[in-house]
Amino acid sequence: MEKFDLVIIGSGPGGYIAAIRAGQLGLKTALVEKDKELGGTCLNVGCIPSKALLTSSDHFMFAKKEAAKHGIVIDGVHADLGKMQQRKDKVVKTFTGGVRALMKTNKVTTFEGFGTITAPGKISIKSSKGDTQEIETKNIVIATGSAAIELPFAKFDGKTIVSSTEALLFTEAPAKFLVIGAGAIGLELGSVWNRLGSEVTMLEFLPRIAVGFDLELSNLLQRSLTAQGIIFHLETKVSAVKIDNGRATATATKDGKEMKFDADKVLVSVGRRPFSEGVGAEKVGVEFDDRKRIKVDKHFRTNIEGIYAIGDVIAGPMLAHKAEDEGMACVEIIAGKSGHVNYDAIAGIIYTNPELAGVGLTEDQAKEKGIDYRVGKFPFRANSRALCNEDVDGMVKFVADAKTDRILGAHILQHAASELIAEAVSVIEFGGSSEDLGRTCHSHPTLSEAVREAALNVEKRALHIMNR
Amino acid sequence: MSVEVKIPAVGESISSGVVSVWHKKSGDFVNEGDALFTLETDKVSTEIVAEKAGLLETKATEGQEVKIGEVVATIDDTKAPAEGKKEKKPPEEKEEPEAEKKGEEKEPVVAGADRGGPESRTSAATLSPAVRRIVEEEHVEPEKISGTGKGGRLTKGDVLAAVQERGKTEEKIEAREVQPSADGRFMRKRMSPLRRKIAAQLVMAQQTAAILTTFNECDMTAVQELRAKSQEAFTKKNRVKLGFMSFFIKASVEALKAVPSINGRIEDDDFIQNNFYDIGVAVGTERGLVVPVVRDADKKTFADLELDIAGFAVKAREGKLKIEDLQGGTFTISNGGVYGSLLSTPILNPPQSGILGMHKIMPRPIAVDGKVEIRPMMYLALSYDHRAVDGKEAVTFLIKVKECIEDPKKLPLDF
Repeated sequence: MEKFDLVIIGSGPGGYIAAIRAGQLGLKTALVEKDKELGGTCLNVGCIPSKALLTSSDHFMFAKKEAAKHGIVIDGVHADLGKMQQRKDKVVKTFTGGVRALMKTNKVTTFEGFGTITAPGKISIKSSKGDTQEIETKNIVIATGSAAIELPFAKFDGKTIVSSTEALLFTEAPAKFLVIGAGAIGLELGSVWNRLGSEVTMLEFLPRIAVGFDLELSNLLQRSLTAQGIIFHLETKVSAVKIDNGRATATATKDGKEMKFDADKVLVSVGRRPFSEGVGAEKVGVEFDDRKRIKVDKHFRTNIEGIYAIGDVIAGPMLAHKAEDEGMACVEIIAGKSGHVNYDAIAGIIYTNPELAGVGLTEDQAKEKGIDYRVGKFPFRANSRALCNEDVDGMVKFVADAKTDRILGAHILQHAASELIAEAVSVIEFGGSSEDLGRTCHSHPTLSEAVREAALNVEKRALHIMNR
Repeated sequence: MSVEVKIPAVGESISSGVVSVWHKKSGDFVNEGDALFTLETDKVSTEIVAEKAGLLETKATEGQEVKIGEVVATIDDTKAPAEGKKEKKPPEEKEEPEAEKKGEEKEPVVAGADRGGPESRTSAATLSPAVRRIVEEEHVEPEKISGTGKGGRLTKGDVLAAVQERGKTEEKIEAREVQPSADGRFMRKRMSPLRRKIAAQLVMAQQTAAILTTFNECDMTAVQELRAKSQEAFTKKNRVKLGFMSFFIKASVEALKAVPSINGRIEDDDFIQNNFYDIGVAVGTERGLVVPVVRDADKKTFADLELDIAGFAVKAREGKLKIEDLQGGTFTISNGGVYGSLLSTPILNPPQSGILGMHKIMPRPIAVDGKVEIRPMMYLALSYDHRAVDGKEAVTFLIKVKECIEDPKKLPLDF
C-alpha cells in the first residue's frame, strides 16, 4: 500500500494549490479528484468558464453599442455562440491541462476517483470504473468544495431548471431567462445571457442585490444593469416553479401580491452548500457546524488528528482565492512552518459591467460594529483615463477608521474593478491608512488614480472633485 | 580564524546604541577598513569599520539595540573572496598631513545633513508614507514605537497613538507650567530636557560612586600680585585676560601628576589610569550647567588655557557647544565662587574620580609667621570617588594645589 505524507481530497483551487505547496516543501503528496479533469468547480464549471463567457459577451456589447462612440463602425455585428462556447472550452482545457502539468513538476501523485476517508490516515479511492484502491497517509486535507443549493420547490432538472454549471452550456440564448437569487453568480450569468439576447428577469428575496457588498455601490450596480435591460424584482419570494412542455412558470409573492413569471430557462443561484458529505469525514468522527461545514481551528485542524479541511467546505466566504490561501497556509502548518490567512484582506468580486469589487468592511458593517469611521469616495466621471475610455460608470469608496485612519474596507464599481481592488487589498494587508495610499504616487492617466483620489477624500483632500 | 566584531565604547555615559544600517550583508566579503554598519546612540552616530578582511556573518539586525562590547558580527579571515566576485579595494585615501590630523579633534562621524536627521536612511525608507510624514512632523522616534502591522511594521495608528501618548504626559505637565496651584502657593514647571539630563547624571553619580569631600584653603596673595603685575602685558600679547582659572588648571595638573589615581576612572572591575590631562571647566549658562573640556591642559600655555575658556564661554552662551566639546574629561574644576559660595561639596562628573571646587576669595584674618594678617583667602574642596582614591591621596592633592597657588613659581609660568 502506497504511503504518503499528505493526501488532498479535491483538486479545486484550494486542493491543487495545497498540493503544489506541499510538493515545494518536499512532502510526498497525493491529490484525489473524482472528476476526469483537475481544477474542481472553479476551473471546470465556475470562475473560469464564466469569465470566458463574460469577456466574450462584453466584447460583443462593445462592438454593438460602444464602438460607434469611438468612431468605429461595425456593420452586421452578431454573436456566434458556438464559437464563444468553443473558445470557453479551450480556455478551460488549457487551464486544467496546465494544472496537470504543475502536479507533475511538483511531484504530486494524482488519483482519479472518489476519495473516502475510511480511518484516520486511510483513504479508499473508487474510480469511475468501479475499482477501489487504498492509500495510507500521515495527513489528510479535505478540500471537497461546495455544490449549488437546490430549492425544494424547484429541483434541478438540468434542462429547464438549472444550476450555474448548465447555465454556462446553453447552445442558444434562452428567449426568457429567469434568475432566482441576485448574488454574484446570478448577476454574472444574468449579464451573460442578457448581453447575448435573452430577456433576463432576476428575482431576489432581499431588498437589495449583491448582498455582502457595500449597499451604495450595489444600488449603483443595479441601476447600471437595469439600464442594460435586466429586470429586477426585489423582496420577491418564489414559492413554486412549474414545468410545462419544456417551459417554466414561477410563482412568487411581492408586497403581498402574487406574481407569475414564465421562462425558457430558470437559473437557481441562491447560494452554495459545503460538499462535506460522502467523503467519510463523519464516519471517522469529524465534527461539523450547524450549516454542515467542517469545523476547524485556526490551523485548519479538525477535531481528528491528522485531518485538516480548507476552502468552501469550512466556514468563510466561498471564494477560490480564499481556498487557495488556506491551502497554502494549511500545508505550511503541516510542514511545521508558519501559515496564516488574513480574512480581513480577501476581496469579493462580481464580474458584471461595471464590475463590483469589495474588501474588508462595508460602510453598513462599520456602522453596525459601532466603529467611528470616515468615508472617502471618488467617481470615475472625474477620472482622466475613464473619460478617455468613454467608460465613466462607477466609483471608488473607502471606509477608514476615524482615529487611526487604517483602511477598514475598500469598494470599487468599475469596468476594471477586479484589477483595481488589488492595490487596496495590499494596503489593508499591511495595515495601511488612507493617507498611506493617498501619499503613494499613481501613474497618470490611469484608473488607479481614482483609487488614490478616494483615499485622499477620506481626509477631504481629493484633487479633482469638491471634497464633501 | 574568525574575529568578533564588538560594539566599541563610543563615548562616556553611553552604554548602548542601535545598529541602524548594515552597510555589508551576511556572506559579504569585507576588506579591512570597510564600513560595516552605522551605530547610533542618543548622542552620536558612528560608522564601525572592519578590522580584518574576511567573510562577514552578522549577528544583529538593523534596528536592534546593542550594548557596548556586544558581539554583532564575526569575520572569518580564512575565507577568500568568492571567485570572480573579488571586491576591489577602494583606492587608498590620501594620507592626511599628520599635523592636520592632530589639530582637529578626532571627530566621530556625526549624523550630519547628508543623512537627513537622526533617523537613518533605511528606517525612513521602510516606513509607510503616512508614518513617515508623522515621524517627520512630530519628531517621534520610530525605533521606539512597536508596530502592529504585518511583520511588526508601524501603522499610522501606531504612530498616532505614540504621539498622543507623548502628548498626554508632556502636554499635560507643560500645560500646568503656566498654571499655578489652585491656591497659588506653588507652581509646577516642566524641566527642560537639559535640566532633566543633568538631574539624571547627578543622581547617577551619587548612586554609583562613593563620594567624599575633603577641604583646604589657600592664600591668594601671590596669584593676585602676579596677575596685577602681568595683566597688561598678558592682555596685550594674548588678547585675553589672565584669570584665576588658568592657575587652578595648572595647579590641578601638577597635583594630578603627584596623585595619579584622581586622574583615572573605575570601569566595572577595572581601574583605568589616564595619562593625559583633559580638564573639564564647569560653565554656568542660562539653560543650566555645562562642562566643556580643555584638552591636554598639561601641554598648554596659560594663554592657551585662557583662550580655550573664553572660547567655551562664548560658545556656551550662544548654545554652540558640540557634544565632543563636552566629552572625555578626566577631571573637573567647578568655581562656585563666582556666585559667592564660600564652601561647597561638588558632585562628581562620572566616570571621573575627582572634582575640585573653587570658592569666593574673602579677605580673612589668618596667622602668618605668628602674626594675624588679613589675607585674600579661598576655601578649596575636593570631592572624590573613594573607591578609586584613598583619603591620604585626596588630602595630598589639595595640599599640592594649595602650595602651587600660594607659590606660583612652582607652576610653569610661561608668560
